[in-house]
Amino acid sequence: MNPKYRRLFIITLIICTLGIATQLILMAIRDNIVYFYTPNELINKYGINKNIKNKIRVGGLVLEDSVVKNKNFVNFTITDKKDEIRVTFDGQLPDLFREGQGIVAEGFFQNNKLVASQVLAKHDENYMPPEVADALKKNGAWKGDK
Amino acid sequence: MLERHSFVINWLANPNRFSKLTNKLQIPLLSISTIMILLGLYYGLFDSPKDYQQGDAVRIMYVHVPSAWLASFLFLSLAISCVFYLVWKHPLADLISNSIAPIGAVFSILTLVTGSLWGKPMWGTWWVWDARLTSMLILFFFYLGYILLSNAFERKIDGSKSASVLAIVGIINLPIIKFSVDWWHTLHQPSSILRMDGPSIDKEMLLPLTLMMVGFSLFSLFLIIINVKTKLLEKKCEALILKLNLKEFS
Repeated sequence: MNPKYRRLFIITLIICTLGIATQLILMAIRDNIVYFYTPNELINKYGINKNIKNKIRVGGLVLEDSVVKNKNFVNFTITDKKDEIRVTFDGQLPDLFREGQGIVAEGFFQNNKLVASQVLAKHDENYMPPEVADALKKNGAWKGDK
Repeated sequence: MLERHSFVINWLANPNRFSKLTNKLQIPLLSISTIMILLGLYYGLFDSPKDYQQGDAVRIMYVHVPSAWLASFLFLSLAISCVFYLVWKHPLADLISNSIAPIGAVFSILTLVTGSLWGKPMWGTWWVWDARLTSMLILFFFYLGYILLSNAFERKIDGSKSASVLAIVGIINLPIIKFSVDWWHTLHQPSSILRMDGPSIDKEMLLPLTLMMVGFSLFSLFLIIINVKTKLLEKKCEALILKLNLKEFS
């Protein structure tokens, strides 16, 4: 075989093999790659009692009218429109935190409640000026979180 | 079939033809890219709307997104050039890979830094180990690895060969970067531009973003050309010095 042909063949083979191997590895360690679980996934995985010893991250939308701010801590509920997880947090909330916003809370479960040590805001992929957002809300074409 | 392809590649791989072709491109590339970047910066920083959620922080996107796109695209070009080097053994392909690497590395570090600066006020953290951020960091390490490996051997050819293999292995990381936000839950938002139902980004913001993207791309092409030419001249100088030494010797 022409040596050029042979080298090209070997390189293609290397790329294909590595590609398949990587894909298998990524599938196997999927649970370690996902940054957070949605409430529904969490309950499917660990059951309704959420018997989880490790630190875990839960992501979803802040349920409307669920935010209760006390002096030192804040309580709210994360929802994925299927299941809900109650969260309590005593630290600094990100600026984007509000009802309807996507967030990720990290912490330990205690008495069926996530005691968060960190709350991060998750931004979505929609970029628009405030006037456009207002107009969309007004005419009912709003597809976002709020 | 392959022979005909080889012919085209051989034609392009001639350093003199490369210089002739790129001499004409240099000035237009530099001027057009400078104008586009300046216009893009002006629109991006002063004459484009705030975001309804992010406020002025959205302007970081006009540097972040083009850098990220170039970091990935340049790595793909580098790896393809490495395939040409390994298969057809053209020294010019190796010079091109060597010229792309530092530029791509700079763009990937720029992506990480601007993303971090945006992440602090928006997410509430400088850094998280989610799939998108981690795979981007790995891309940066692939660039570093390529640069280090290609200079690590006493004989340049050994370095070039092993670094080329590394770059080809690194191709695997590119789809992971692109699709990480779709395959796994990440803190990073999904794509706003290349998506099935069209861009989810306002037209007024898309204009400076496009200007910056095209401007950055043309500017990096310019930098690569300059880089390759410098390396060609260096090689010529080395050859001349060698010739002179031989003459004195005899």
